[in-house]
Amino acid sequence: MAIEVIKPGLATSVQDAGRPGYYHLGIPLSGALDQESYLLANLLVGNDEGAAVIECTLMGPELRFDAPALIAVTGAQAAVKVNGQEVPGNQSIAVQAGDTLTFGFMKLGARSFIAVAGGIDVPVMLGSRSTYGLGAFGGFEGRKLLAGDKLPVGTPSAHARAGQTAPDVGRPALAKDIPLRVLPGLYFHRLQEASGKRFFEETWTVASEADRIGYRYKGGTALEFLPRTPPFGAGDDPSNIVDAGYPYGSIQVPGGREPIILQRDAVSGGGYATIGAVISADMDRVAQMQPNHKAQFVAVDMAQALAARAERKQRLDAMRAALAP
Amino acid sequence: MNETTLPSQARYTFGGDEHLFVEISEEMSLPAFFKGMAICKALRERAVPGVTEICPANAAYLVRFDPDIVAPEELLSILVELESGLGADDMSMETRIIEIPVLYNDPWTHETLMRFRERHQDPGSTDIEYAARINRFDSVDDFITAHASAPWFVSMVGFVAGLPFLYQMVDRPRQIEVPKYLSPRTDTPKQTLGYGGCFSCVYSVRGAGGYQMFGVTPAPIFDPAQKLSYFKDLMVFFQPGDIVKWKPIDRAEYDRQIAQVEAGDYTLQIKPVSFSLKDFMADPDGYNQELLKVLHGN
Repeated sequence: MAIEVIKPGLATSVQDAGRPGYYHLGIPLSGALDQESYLLANLLVGNDEGAAVIECTLMGPELRFDAPALIAVTGAQAAVKVNGQEVPGNQSIAVQAGDTLTFGFMKLGARSFIAVAGGIDVPVMLGSRSTYGLGAFGGFEGRKLLAGDKLPVGTPSAHARAGQTAPDVGRPALAKDIPLRVLPGLYFHRLQEASGKRFFEETWTVASEADRIGYRYKGGTALEFLPRTPPFGAGDDPSNIVDAGYPYGSIQVPGGREPIILQRDAVSGGGYATIGAVISADMDRVAQMQPNHKAQFVAVDMAQALAARAERKQRLDAMRAALAP
Repeated sequence: MNETTLPSQARYTFGGDEHLFVEISEEMSLPAFFKGMAICKALRERAVPGVTEICPANAAYLVRFDPDIVAPEELLSILVELESGLGADDMSMETRIIEIPVLYNDPWTHETLMRFRERHQDPGSTDIEYAARINRFDSVDDFITAHASAPWFVSMVGFVAGLPFLYQMVDRPRQIEVPKYLSPRTDTPKQTLGYGGCFSCVYSVRGAGGYQMFGVTPAPIFDPAQKLSYFKDLMVFFQPGDIVKWKPIDRAEYDRQIAQVEAGDYTLQIKPVSFSLKDFMADPDGYNQELLKVLHGN
């Protein structure tokens, strides 16, 4: 069977768990930006955890199914409609041949994930079906979806069934104003002490550049670096370093002006100082922030980061257990 | 060869709960690059469970790990141990030397740089004229000779897929240094030879960029379709540690090579070679001559 794209929506692409292992060649992690919602969508339709889904951003696509299928939509808070009739999100739903799936505006959250039993069956490139737009490979023809695309779908598993609902495992609620926990480090020591402190005191607003490459924040005071003699090869601006690798989730501040959280399709390295990284437990939450949503960066230490990670893992395991075949 | 000495110990810092970033030195140098490469190689050989990415960069390296499998402090102590255990023998490597043809002053980067002149330090000249002047060369031809005569190390692959950063194998007084554009361009032709700071690069795909533009190579260096023979194993051609020699070519030769690329029978001059940092440092120019003999098979 296949899914036909009638309208592509704003930024819709095929994604999975990601493409680790090639970062040293400049090929980023990629994959669904909100991995928890992605996992839930696959579990609901009885897919393997690594199956590919459709990720959509702010404005969902219009899709038509050419054969009966089982689907589930997770992530942002938005009306999900089959042939114009609203259907529940976070639940597996049977659709018929010729049915059309559409979306209302995303009221909260910025990304929805559409899983179909059997998974989106595009070719595996370097171990993943995720789209990497800058490299123009992976996903469907290496790009965002366009009207007229026909996405192949794989064979559903034996335990794909309608009516599966998301278990209540205490997932953090979507909100317009959220705390983001950050482990200060990397080049944090290059900041003036008062500036580094102020970064965590002010409220930051998501700018319009908020995509799979990075999330830019504005509204806070520009960061000030300590003066120095530029090291050979680094560049004159105090925010420059000799080009080096960027951790996924790290926060860079070109020219000190606006912090950018690097997302899963980010450049793998460059010459700007990073001042810490959002902890792994909170990266899914970054992906659900809309432009103009607000964040408060909260400094944590490694022990707190690992505790938050364990808590998230426990939640995912509870989801897996509840939806196990 | 005048290179400043490295800090006695690298700087270790975590990037969130999944990355360990190691800065060998704040400044670029061949010893810093080699030390990072040597530790990355040793770490790869050690095959530590939970380590998913090992990324050498110019004067630093980055490791991604799963803290559920290897505890952050445990990984840190492994890396410190690898650093302290490095011997002089580790500062050598088996690599390859590659000749990359370049059409300097080509019409495509020229058209692009003219479009973005208001973002440049010196709107009245071209990128290569500017670079030649501020590095005190008498002419653009002399500048090209300096850029293309001594070979370069691929000191990092990244930014976007398959993009190499290269550092020239000459002592510091002879390093070419050029600032990046005042603000980045939104366009750069594919396979542009770029320059920023003390690094050359080759843009693997068309897109944004802030490096000065000196020319283009006809050689594809990134191809997801893997059409040419040198992409047989991987869609990315360059690896950290590759040695590159630029070969200036003219427009007629460029067009001839582009036709070969389109016909699918294009190849590059690639030779395996051993490199010893100690021997190189003792006599860089003499060592480079030996490397070029290997490249040209005589």
